[in-house]
Amino acid sequence: MTDVLDPPMILEPEGHDEHLEEHHGPTGILKWITTTDHKVIGLSYTVTAVIMMVIGGAFAEIIRAQLTTPNNTLVSLAQYNELFTMHGSVMIYLFVGPFAFGALANIIVPIQIGAPDMAFPRLNALSYWLYLTGSITMLSGFFVAGGAANFGWVAYAPLSNSINTPGSGADLWIGGLLLTGFSAIFTGVNLCATVFYLRAPGMTMFRMPIFTWNLLVTAILILLAFPVLTAGLIMLYCDRHFGTHIFSVAGGGVPVLWQHIFWFWGHPEVYILALPFFGMVTEIIAVFSRKPVFGYKGMVFATITIGALSLGVWAHHMFTTGVVLLPFFSIMSLLIAVPTGIKMFNWIGTMWRGEVWFSTAMLMAIGFLITFLVGGLTGIYLASPPLDFFTHDTYFVVAHFHSIVMALVMGAMGGLYYWGPKITGYMLNETYGKIQFWFLFIGTQVFTLPQYLLGLRGMPRRIAIYPLHPSWEFLNQVSTVGAVLVGISTVVFMANIVVSWKKTPAGDNPWDGHTLEWFTTSPPPHHNFYRLPQIRSERPTWDYNHPGHTAAEHGHSAPHRDETPVA
Amino acid sequence: MSKVSCVEPPALSPQGVSDRTRRWRRLRRIVTLPIAALALAGCTVPTFGASPGATTSSQSVYHLWQGFSIGAVIVGGFTLLLIFWAVIFYRRKSDNIPKQSQYHIPLEMTYTIIPVLIVLGLFAATLVVENKEVALPKSDVTINVNAFQWGWEFTYPGQNVVVTGQTTQDPEMIMPVNENVHINLTSSDVTHGFYVHAFNFSRYALPGILNQFTLRAVNTGTYNGQCTQLCGLYHSLMVFRVKVVSQSQYSAWLTGEANVAAAKAAKTATNQQTSSITPTKPAKSKGGY
Repeated sequence: MTDVLDPPMILEPEGHDEHLEEHHGPTGILKWITTTDHKVIGLSYTVTAVIMMVIGGAFAEIIRAQLTTPNNTLVSLAQYNELFTMHGSVMIYLFVGPFAFGALANIIVPIQIGAPDMAFPRLNALSYWLYLTGSITMLSGFFVAGGAANFGWVAYAPLSNSINTPGSGADLWIGGLLLTGFSAIFTGVNLCATVFYLRAPGMTMFRMPIFTWNLLVTAILILLAFPVLTAGLIMLYCDRHFGTHIFSVAGGGVPVLWQHIFWFWGHPEVYILALPFFGMVTEIIAVFSRKPVFGYKGMVFATITIGALSLGVWAHHMFTTGVVLLPFFSIMSLLIAVPTGIKMFNWIGTMWRGEVWFSTAMLMAIGFLITFLVGGLTGIYLASPPLDFFTHDTYFVVAHFHSIVMALVMGAMGGLYYWGPKITGYMLNETYGKIQFWFLFIGTQVFTLPQYLLGLRGMPRRIAIYPLHPSWEFLNQVSTVGAVLVGISTVVFMANIVVSWKKTPAGDNPWDGHTLEWFTTSPPPHHNFYRLPQIRSERPTWDYNHPGHTAAEHGHSAPHRDETPVA
Repeated sequence: MSKVSCVEPPALSPQGVSDRTRRWRRLRRIVTLPIAALALAGCTVPTFGASPGATTSSQSVYHLWQGFSIGAVIVGGFTLLLIFWAVIFYRRKSDNIPKQSQYHIPLEMTYTIIPVLIVLGLFAATLVVENKEVALPKSDVTINVNAFQWGWEFTYPGQNVVVTGQTTQDPEMIMPVNENVHINLTSSDVTHGFYVHAFNFSRYALPGILNQFTLRAVNTGTYNGQCTQLCGLYHSLMVFRVKVVSQSQYSAWLTGEANVAAAKAAKTATNQQTSSITPTKPAKSKGGY
């Protein structure tokens, strides 16, 4: 490694931004509607996804309020079924997923690899509009006769057929999911093409930031998994309206086939949701520890391994059906713990002997580590069929995946605090951020941990009342308190946006970042860069700013040990 | 798993019912030891929120649960310790740039290989319990359980006895203690979940598929059961009870019920032709393991 200060490549003389910004025609709302700029589309994604989070969160609060007493009549049984169905659907399909691969990914991935935009900007715009129309379609179920879909977010056949669920809310659910599914597929195509073809000179695959790597694997998983869901949804629609009998016993069909199709998409989907947030957390931990990602290549291989294994574990959701080969799906599911564990230790290794700065983003990342650890360890139980028989469809499972998803939410919030200044040009208030973190972190533990116990005491999921089990009341009330704390954290976040609105300019590189997005202006110009540094590692901006501190090849043989203070 | 000491090798009990498990015999010997040790030391090992339950299987599931939990507490505790160590001792104290170390191959190998070994251990323990739990030994009693929206029907084939109940009048499944009870589980409409908390066990009732399993209760008593898989409007109320009674009580109950049923059948037969009160046994499917 040479410690030479490379001059940056000049792409566009600085000061020409007016010309770049202005000649693009419409302004205001027309600009927003017609834009193909990945940053504007990404921001639309972000805002829409956060609105979905608020809607889904409101459903959650009603659900938790209903469960505070065993015989509560706040909502009817029918309304309760709609609420948890739409809570799950909105959170998984309309918030976490699009936020993971549509929002920050759209904005950051092209910049991290030094590209001017996504490979197919118009397709990218189509993705967003499909996502928005799909979301509206799904939610409009609340306004039709019979109400929204009420068969759970997994829509198990034959409960989801036209006899058991006749309402058009179910059709709107299917239609909305088809639209957002296509949106995801197009985004997958776009991310793959962008990463494979638009990398800047010098940006080899093994110099890509971990966030971009994770989005690449996510995109490949999207391309493998989402078409299966789309096909399944079309089959379901045909069963409901065109007289086919794919999932009906009466016509010679097999209901359990839906579960296979759904989970063949559904388990990769878990990693489609998780990997982008793993990437965000990796970037945040490295930057705020002022160290390179520990075990960078191991991290990449762990991501690829997770992606590969995730395609062979779907039937662990179906252990209790009695029609799947238990040992195969058990060992495959257990093995996912290994690359996930590697990631965990790499994150810790990145912090080790670093200079850890507890900004809000870093607090969120640490909150992610702890919450994800809880969710990950309880996931190992569920990979063991006998223990799955014991806990399946109880609150233990509910608690497990809420630990995981709430960890992802912390990752998302970390990502917003980390990249928000880059996207908007203004800092978010750190005090509000830290208040938000503590409400979110403590609230998450208070609402998930009692649910593990409830599951172990036999409380099934998706029940609105529990008249025979008054002993479950107390833990449910604790859980509700936790959910309220999480709700307060969202309010604090909203308040922070208002308080920080165009207040403190961020500057180009507020966190002393590692990757290319911190080399350009905040917000970046229309085609992202006026100049690029030489790309010699996965940390081009760091290398440019700290020429004496490139990463050591091996922990034992670091070429330099000087700890020069930086101005 | 392997963290448990004080092993008594002769504590192994012969349990090979299916010769399918033969190939795991050697493996099983290795992994049953800690489980047996846990069983012996049952009162000193924490419950981790679970309970031994009322069947032979539920007890092995409980011990497996304890084993997994010990592993989870050790691994999770160690990882948390590392996280907190990093958070406390490496917090930013200056503007110095720390050593930019990125790779440490031996360390990375270590935290790859050790998890693989742990996972293999967990898998082996899983296999032992699982093979026992899903085995279908020779049974003394058969009960056909049929789930429907929103209730349960328990049929005792050949005995002319059917117990049916919906939502609030929860039906009771009577079964004898210390006997292998073979359950044929089916559904008339949508997917339901047959779940008895005290048995540490659940299984889907699927339309068109016959699910079979064996329950062997070791304690008498009445246990709550409930549908766990969302099945529509009254899912919350789809409850039942399992009453485990002594063999003599079971026989007496069965005879009594059969007489009542016969009397009822004779009464109604005068007015109209009734179909057989015992539903036909569901067709055998390829479901199972």
